[in-house]
Amino acid sequence: MLTNADLLALEGTPGNFTATVNLRPRYIDADSCTACGLCTQYCPRHHVDPYNEGLSITRPIHIDYAQAVPATYYIDPSSCLFLQHETCQICVPVCQSHAINFKQQPEERKLQIGAVILSPGFGKIDPKTLAKFGYGKHPDVVTSFEFERMTTASGPFMGEIKCFSDGRHPKRLAFIQCVGSRDIGCNNGYCSSVCCMYAIKEALVTKEHDPEVDITIFYMDIRTQGKDFDAARERAEAIGIKFVRAKVADVTPWENRLQLTYATLDGQHKFEPFDLVVLSVGLESPKDAKKIADITRIDLNKYDFCATNAFNPLQTSQQGIVVAGAFQGPKDIPESVTQSSAAASLAAASLKQVRGRGVEMKTYPEEQKVAADDEVRIGVFVCHCGINISSVVDCAAVANYAGDMKNVTFYTENLYSCSQDAQEVIKKKIKEHKLNRVVIAACSPRTHEPLFQETLRDAGLNRNLFEMVNIRDQCSWVHAGEPELATIKSKDLVRMAVAKARLIQPLPEQTVPVTAKALVIGAGVAGMTAALNLAEQGFDSVLIEKGDAVGGNLHHLHHTLAGDAVQSHLQTLVDKVTKSKKVDVLCNAELVQTAGFIGNFSSVIASGKGKTRVEQTVDHGVIIVATGGREHRPDKYLLGKSKKVVTQQELEKQLAGKAKTRAPGSIVMIQCAGSRGDDLNYCSKVCCNHALKNILKVKEINPDSQIVVLYRDMRTYGFAEDAYMEARKLGVVFIPYEVDRKPEVTEKGAKIQVRFFDSIMQEEVVMSPDLVALSVGIVPDDTDTLSKLLKLPVTANNFFLEAHVKLRPVELAVSGVYVCGLAHGPKPVDETIVQAQAAAAKAAIPLVKGYVKVDPIVSSVEQDKCIGCGLCVSLCPYGAIVMQKVDGKRKAETIAASCKACGICAAHCPTFAISMGGFTNEQINSQIVAFGATGDR
Amino acid sequence: MADQQFNPSILGFLCNWCCYAAADAAGVSRFQYPPSMRTVRVMCTGRIDPAFVLRAFVEGADGIFTGG
Repeated sequence: MLTNADLLALEGTPGNFTATVNLRPRYIDADSCTACGLCTQYCPRHHVDPYNEGLSITRPIHIDYAQAVPATYYIDPSSCLFLQHETCQICVPVCQSHAINFKQQPEERKLQIGAVILSPGFGKIDPKTLAKFGYGKHPDVVTSFEFERMTTASGPFMGEIKCFSDGRHPKRLAFIQCVGSRDIGCNNGYCSSVCCMYAIKEALVTKEHDPEVDITIFYMDIRTQGKDFDAARERAEAIGIKFVRAKVADVTPWENRLQLTYATLDGQHKFEPFDLVVLSVGLESPKDAKKIADITRIDLNKYDFCATNAFNPLQTSQQGIVVAGAFQGPKDIPESVTQSSAAASLAAASLKQVRGRGVEMKTYPEEQKVAADDEVRIGVFVCHCGINISSVVDCAAVANYAGDMKNVTFYTENLYSCSQDAQEVIKKKIKEHKLNRVVIAACSPRTHEPLFQETLRDAGLNRNLFEMVNIRDQCSWVHAGEPELATIKSKDLVRMAVAKARLIQPLPEQTVPVTAKALVIGAGVAGMTAALNLAEQGFDSVLIEKGDAVGGNLHHLHHTLAGDAVQSHLQTLVDKVTKSKKVDVLCNAELVQTAGFIGNFSSVIASGKGKTRVEQTVDHGVIIVATGGREHRPDKYLLGKSKKVVTQQELEKQLAGKAKTRAPGSIVMIQCAGSRGDDLNYCSKVCCNHALKNILKVKEINPDSQIVVLYRDMRTYGFAEDAYMEARKLGVVFIPYEVDRKPEVTEKGAKIQVRFFDSIMQEEVVMSPDLVALSVGIVPDDTDTLSKLLKLPVTANNFFLEAHVKLRPVELAVSGVYVCGLAHGPKPVDETIVQAQAAAAKAAIPLVKGYVKVDPIVSSVEQDKCIGCGLCVSLCPYGAIVMQKVDGKRKAETIAASCKACGICAAHCPTFAISMGGFTNEQINSQIVAFGATGDR
Repeated sequence: MADQQFNPSILGFLCNWCCYAAADAAGVSRFQYPPSMRTVRVMCTGRIDPAFVLRAFVEGADGIFTGG
């Protein structure tokens, strides 16, 4: 990973690029820096902290935030006294690990690469745009980014929300939406997609801080179109956060507050005072978008984001260069994470010829046998961490204390236990003193356990014969003012660790081989894309489809909002899938049964119709669930009862036909028909765009057609906002309705009548259009059967629930099972394609490796003790325990490859038959006993 | 008076993935808290057998903290 680096040039062709990068000097040797932070404490110069949006002061030598990767400090040359004036250099002697190096120079490096992924993120809205709302003029007008830092517990004010003018806690707070988005005044016609949701989140967090605070969100449309996002809005409304549909015209000071002038839909002008005003600023294209485009020769769209198309959403205009994240269009975290996986799969496919080349496997000495009855010889190493620990904790006293403990054969102190030379010392001492357990009292096992375990392996010890004590993060850093008590706590923690160490046993390293084949369930656009992506990466898959033919919902679509022809793309996909030697397509097929676990599934699949129906068993390593969804048909608004009432999908079909009257002279469209709190409790994300797509088509065929759209929030997020604007320019009328005053559709003779309340004219209106088009939602296709068959959790709305909404958006809780498409949640075609590529990327990981590595700390069942009650099976959240017949008796058995080591089974087993590697009952009890044994060592 | 202040002995069971990480973050941020807790790291609070809690009380704990 090269940080502090700029791309200067890119030459060559796909598979054979040369990238020239400039590595800016960090002035700190990354290999030596231990991220102790001493340099920042001593640096005398102030530096406005850009990470905290300029709300706090740091030093020129600093790290942006505690979790920064790499965890290495750097010097900002713009304010460093030495780099500006050749004075100071206080940091140089302060740094105990001699990491500071002012001699570093910028370095130009040429990299030989095969593929490029562009992920430069997004840029910030120009402050000039914000000035319209008093930003920069009134201290109590802040951006949402500043407000985010303000509300963060680890931020500059530790989560305290204050007015900048006088430090008071705001009692009335306003969010103004669409600042710098949906605003042609600053040439940002698009919607930034994320601001409504983050404003709601920030409002909810603010309410958590102070339930009394009064919050109003001023908006045009609340665009919470993401999966389960509407629920957040409902939660916000339930705790009293107000949503006002109004455009704020002005923010002016009024006594010590700010007065907002706004106009509501009914034409009233209102004034309201607030203490703090938060501007929900949009996401702009990255500052250097044009420069990137110049270097890589990719095309940008009119807003300077990377130009792509719906069927190849991550492919730039240059082969070999793909894009991921907000540079492709404004988007939130789950979608950015999904795109990053998808981009990786595209790059990996193009590089499959050289996969694994240049990899060198590390070898270890033969592991020394440690038997259960061998004498326990513990080595205790107490780390000073420079002065991070030793300035508070008396490390010598801790080491001496450990030295007096039973079984401790050797003890010492290290200046930095993690340094290269300390590793050599540890290895030497293990051999010299025949140590068979190692306890290191230093920092967090979360960051350093792997490093020390590696040292143990290098010394010929099983890596699990290791225990770590965190006397830095849990002692010296948090009890800095109480050195004696911190030392006592350190001793106690070491005592507890030594007690556990006496009982730890070597655990075997397990790997499970993988069958390099995927089962893809559902052959719509998601399933086909996933199977083809795997094929391009070199892997076979079995693609099963319950219908007669592949294609799924794409059969119902004819064009995209951007005008791409869907049917020709579908044909290409179908051709590719049917011709691919790596994709085995089974139609009229369903999954009957699946056994096994990641890497080693075995499924029974029934396929064919009637007499030709056959069952076959397929062995496969992974499963991609792409079972899709379908149009929801609400029993409302005379759908199915009147020929003049159709769904958007039916209208699309009609418009793609040849009938002369296919684009009627007058249409009323009703959005959210049956959705958002009606039959369906969620937003289906695609319906607003679907309506717009049909509107533009109608207008193209019949420009005189009069169209009225009755909506709740138009959710034309991202660049689809342009289509919304276009429709309004063409004279289409958009009228919002409230949920408690829904439109009514009745039949009167041959005519159809739509009655609704016009919130602009404030009166009831009746229309008799030629056609009523309903924007109905999307429901998942039977997720129930599969969720039972594969033990997959689903959401309250019956879509599959991903393992982690933000960080693992295409993985399911069961290892080796991935999800994409409508089965995960409603989404448009481009997002489905990206998600399918992402699912294929994740599924390819075990397939590429060829084995699954099992962490040795998984659970294991002592079958003699097991009474076969099955409690563990019902409690395991990962489907990692199964019941087996052993000598005619029911016995539990752990599937090590699926186990996540949580220990729920062990905690609940009534006969203590289940044990956790490295966390046995005996070991934890020994820690508890040692905790109480303050006098006894 | 200060000598008589109640200084409880607390045993904390911290989930590796969240609360133990939070304790690390507290350290990195130099948040100061009373040094009266000793910790046991577990891979999930689901690992905590009620027997552990009772055992800790027997061994002299004044309180048990679980974070997960």
